[in-house]
Amino acid sequence: MPDPEVLIRAKDLTKRFGDFTAVDGIDFELRRGEAFGFLGPNGAGKSSTMRMIGCVSPRSGGELSILGMDPVADGPAIRARLGVVPQEDTLDVELTVRENLLIYGRYFGLPRNVISERTDQLLEFVQLTDRGADQVEPLSGGLKRRLTIARSLINEPEILLLDEPTTGLDPQARHVVWDRLFRLKQRGVTLVLTTHYMDEAEQLCDRLVVMDGGRIAAAGSPRELIEQYSTAEVLELRFDPGEHEQAAEKLADLRAQRTEVLADRILLYIPNGDIALTAVRDLGLVPLTSLVRRSTLEDVFLRLTGRQLED
Amino acid sequence: MAPQAPAARQAPPAGPVPAPSSWSFAVREFRYWTTNYRRTWRGSIYSSVLSPVLYLAAIGVGLGTLVNKHGSARLGHISYLAFLAPGLLAAAAMETGIGESTYPVLGSVKWRRTYYAAAASPLRPADVFHGHLLFTTMRLVMNCAVFLAVMAAFGAVKSAWVIAAFPVAVLTGLAFAAPIEAWAIMVTKDTSFAMIFRFGLIPLFLFSGTFFPVSQLPGWAQPIAYGTPLWHGVALCRSLSLGTATIGETLLHVGYLAALAAAGIAIGNRTYRRRLYV
Repeated sequence: MPDPEVLIRAKDLTKRFGDFTAVDGIDFELRRGEAFGFLGPNGAGKSSTMRMIGCVSPRSGGELSILGMDPVADGPAIRARLGVVPQEDTLDVELTVRENLLIYGRYFGLPRNVISERTDQLLEFVQLTDRGADQVEPLSGGLKRRLTIARSLINEPEILLLDEPTTGLDPQARHVVWDRLFRLKQRGVTLVLTTHYMDEAEQLCDRLVVMDGGRIAAAGSPRELIEQYSTAEVLELRFDPGEHEQAAEKLADLRAQRTEVLADRILLYIPNGDIALTAVRDLGLVPLTSLVRRSTLEDVFLRLTGRQLED
Repeated sequence: MAPQAPAARQAPPAGPVPAPSSWSFAVREFRYWTTNYRRTWRGSIYSSVLSPVLYLAAIGVGLGTLVNKHGSARLGHISYLAFLAPGLLAAAAMETGIGESTYPVLGSVKWRRTYYAAAASPLRPADVFHGHLLFTTMRLVMNCAVFLAVMAAFGAVKSAWVIAAFPVAVLTGLAFAAPIEAWAIMVTKDTSFAMIFRFGLIPLFLFSGTFFPVSQLPGWAQPIAYGTPLWHGVALCRSLSLGTATIGETLLHVGYLAALAAAGIAIGNRTYRRRLYV
């Protein structure tokens, strides 16, 4: 008897496009009420995975069960219970804000009065109440994103899929979106999101998988991942470009747990950043700038793949 | 006071939910198109009235006066206007059919990406396709009705059978719209449509018996003209309008046009799926 609290189960899930393998045999389970993230750089296979979960992309191999159903056989029944915020907006920009919600509610077979009632609530939720009669075209990217989120909730979905929900938004607009998603999470909406922003993953996800090259490199809560794959603190040093390499060599003497030499910075992974900084100065090195910070998922990603997440 | 987040539905709906029929799914997409059309219907009505008025006045009446003076034996002893109008009805339906099945399809998949919004809902690609075709049918019904009214106003109707030409004209439009929509969903650049207009629409419009009988064409070109879908639409609309249609001829034309539309639907069911389910 399958666990009814497991909403999505994937086993050896694979997606191929011709010779290219976008998703290379991944396993994961998603439980009711969780906020689950796929973190990885562009091309890691996150969106392909999302589209398979959204039942708009047939898998090439492996197993996938969503709400206890098969996405190939039961696509319409599954999609009736999903909300989707796609990476690129699919709003009808010629119509008004309210009309977009009306159309979408109709797609789910909702009666007009129900749509109208929910539209009032949803527009209030995303703070677009006073824009209801406005055409969508001139709205800013942030407002369009919020409208897309409102639209995705019109059928009161059990699972909300968000593909790069804040990509392309300015910092302020991102924070508004994060705040709304956090509220949804608090109300028990199961969230699945992809992102290549580590701060987004840290803020929103209870659990996440780090994806790279179509595979899952690691899985766990943000805290677990940081504890497992990084140190408590990181010392970031920046040197004069001419001294960068020499400094890197000298720093090897410090025996940090790990040292990453990036193009513009050197990262020392150590338990205590201030002590390490003193040790650096004792070596006679004078960095142009130094920063002691806590480890983030960015460091986890760097450790797992040897590459940076955002470039 | 911050607005409250909507709650998640915690349990699946009680009991088995009967799956809505394909038809009801298609109607949902159709209603999207009608909602969208509400913004532009006025302009489109003007052009669907103006176009037949101009054509029938300039060519049917203006040029027709000259034609009639040279005798109308080759037209079957009827006025040029009565000859032209039903042919033009079919040709106008073709134009509407092609118009609704080219840019609107590409726009929905490439520019506005609204097809993808529908595909993320319970609708399947075939439902999206059928809903759009349903809307195309509605536009054909509207434009053909307007055309018939204009035709009647010009006194170009010779028989009550012209009523039967109405569904035939709509079918002619669909015989173009269904296959072209099936193809347009796979198109990536709008320059492909210029080919359809240049090498499809315009030659068909001019040489499929709309303005003069195909028998006037050089011998080698006649079989080509008889093979085009527009000729079948033109020929049947004309014989119905003049009250000269026979059962056999009617079945042949309708069968040809219906087969084209059916083939378009069968192909579109696959191409829509291929494009929307990557």
